[in-house]
Amino acid sequence: MIDANLPFEAQESEWISGEGPTHDIVVSSRIRLARNIAGFPFVNRATEQERREIVSLIAQKSPKWAGGMVFIDLNTVSSLDRHLLLERHLISAGHMRGTRPRGVAVGADQSLSVMVNEEDHLRLQMLRPGEQLRQVFEGINKVDDEVEAEIDYSFSNRFGYLTACPTNVGTGIRVSVMLHLPALRLCGEIDKVRRAARDMQLALRGFHGEGSEATGDFYQLSNQTTLGKTEEEILDTFVEVVIPSVVEYEKSARNSLMNKRRGYLEDQVWRAWGLLTSARLISTTEALQLLSLVRLGLNLDLLSHVDEAAVNALLLQCQPAHLQFIVGRQMGQGERAVARATLIRERLGA
Amino acid sequence: MKCDRCDNEATVHEVNIVAGKKTELHLCQSCALEMGLVVKPQAQIAELLAQMVKTPAPSAKTTTRDTLRCESCGMTFAEIRKKGQLGCSQCYDTFAQQLTPLLERAHEGATHHLGKVPRRAGGCIDREAQLLRFRRQLQEAVNAEDYERAAQLRDRLHNMENQVDITTTIGDKNSPEGATDGGAGRSARDTEVEGAEND
Repeated sequence: MIDANLPFEAQESEWISGEGPTHDIVVSSRIRLARNIAGFPFVNRATEQERREIVSLIAQKSPKWAGGMVFIDLNTVSSLDRHLLLERHLISAGHMRGTRPRGVAVGADQSLSVMVNEEDHLRLQMLRPGEQLRQVFEGINKVDDEVEAEIDYSFSNRFGYLTACPTNVGTGIRVSVMLHLPALRLCGEIDKVRRAARDMQLALRGFHGEGSEATGDFYQLSNQTTLGKTEEEILDTFVEVVIPSVVEYEKSARNSLMNKRRGYLEDQVWRAWGLLTSARLISTTEALQLLSLVRLGLNLDLLSHVDEAAVNALLLQCQPAHLQFIVGRQMGQGERAVARATLIRERLGA
Repeated sequence: MKCDRCDNEATVHEVNIVAGKKTELHLCQSCALEMGLVVKPQAQIAELLAQMVKTPAPSAKTTTRDTLRCESCGMTFAEIRKKGQLGCSQCYDTFAQQLTPLLERAHEGATHHLGKVPRRAGGCIDREAQLLRFRRQLQEAVNAEDYERAAQLRDRLHNMENQVDITTTIGDKNSPEGATDGGAGRSARDTEVEGAEND
């Protein structure tokens, strides 16, 4: 087994299952809390010794949190394992690439993770499928209370939870949703969403969050302001204003395509299906782009003979680390393109 | 043209015509901000940080600030500007004054925390933050025409405003040292640092 070091099965990640409320457009809901431990300098200023102390503190405490978390020292697992964790959104790209003492504690169902020594000492995050922000907040807030009962957080009356970067200070909260916006892209409206997001002090990012490109029409929308608002206010804005308006916008783009450009839309969807079920070599980016169109076709009932769960699962399985895990060995890029095309044809029953 | 409220140059002009009657308002940027006619411009994190790095030291005072060193971790403000990150929690005290304009720009004008407070810090919520919270809730209650709640909040606000100091309690019974590096002792340090910088 190539990921023998990871203490959990390579079962599918629940967040990409295509379930949960409004799942056709809101793929998943995520909340992270940035926290630092009192008595230590922030990570960027901490010595190796101090970083190690933080890692061992969390390694020792985390098995008792949230009904039992598993701690992974990222310096003791393979690069493929770290990639797998990134693809499941359990760690960030920066955390995957790091070399200094760092780790991650993962909850039993893989919806919860606590990154240790990322930009802040602790980054607690919870991820669920569909639009479930309020449930996610309730969950992560509970875990935060549990952690706080055992660990002194850096907190100031005036500035709130103190974070390495002043743009996270206060609540330390980042609320984000992963949105699937293929119709807005097909209608050339994505830039308008980007501008509207900026006007509302929100950030629109790619598939893997900060610094990543949008792949397969998947975008992450998240708050930028963390100070001067309560967690509930930030959440309310998302749940009551932001998400409904983006969902409505994507829906109207879908309706407009269905009513006015149905031929074009069907062609896009069926071409995607044709390529996915015929290609012999395919890259991750192309696969995600085509799967996105097939997903849209399924949501609009343009395709009916396709297993929706298989399409959603492929969004994760076609990524490099998952693909290598499924095949059971490490592969170079060229070999992966062949294996990916084969896997997709197999899973789509072609 | 001068601002209607102060002697500064007016840069924001508003003309209202209500029922055929024309009224004009000419304000400087800060008065317009105060009256809520304009909103502070928001900048992306990268732009903000880039600006922090690019901003030259315009006076001797800024130079002193740049060389001011955090006693706890040794970071200077120049290093913080370069890195875009603070070195430790004490930096927030040491550089409170320099950070304020940055925080205002990054957080829609906010400079004080309003959200969750660690349970161990119970009872030492900044009075100012608490007052702000109640005022905001009061406004919401009025907007929602929930007058019963508005009356309750008004009474709580009134009691608080009459209270001399509610921030003297540090931590709860289980945590005699108070909240981590926070607590009332920290507020005292805030004042000290800011006082020293004004010299």
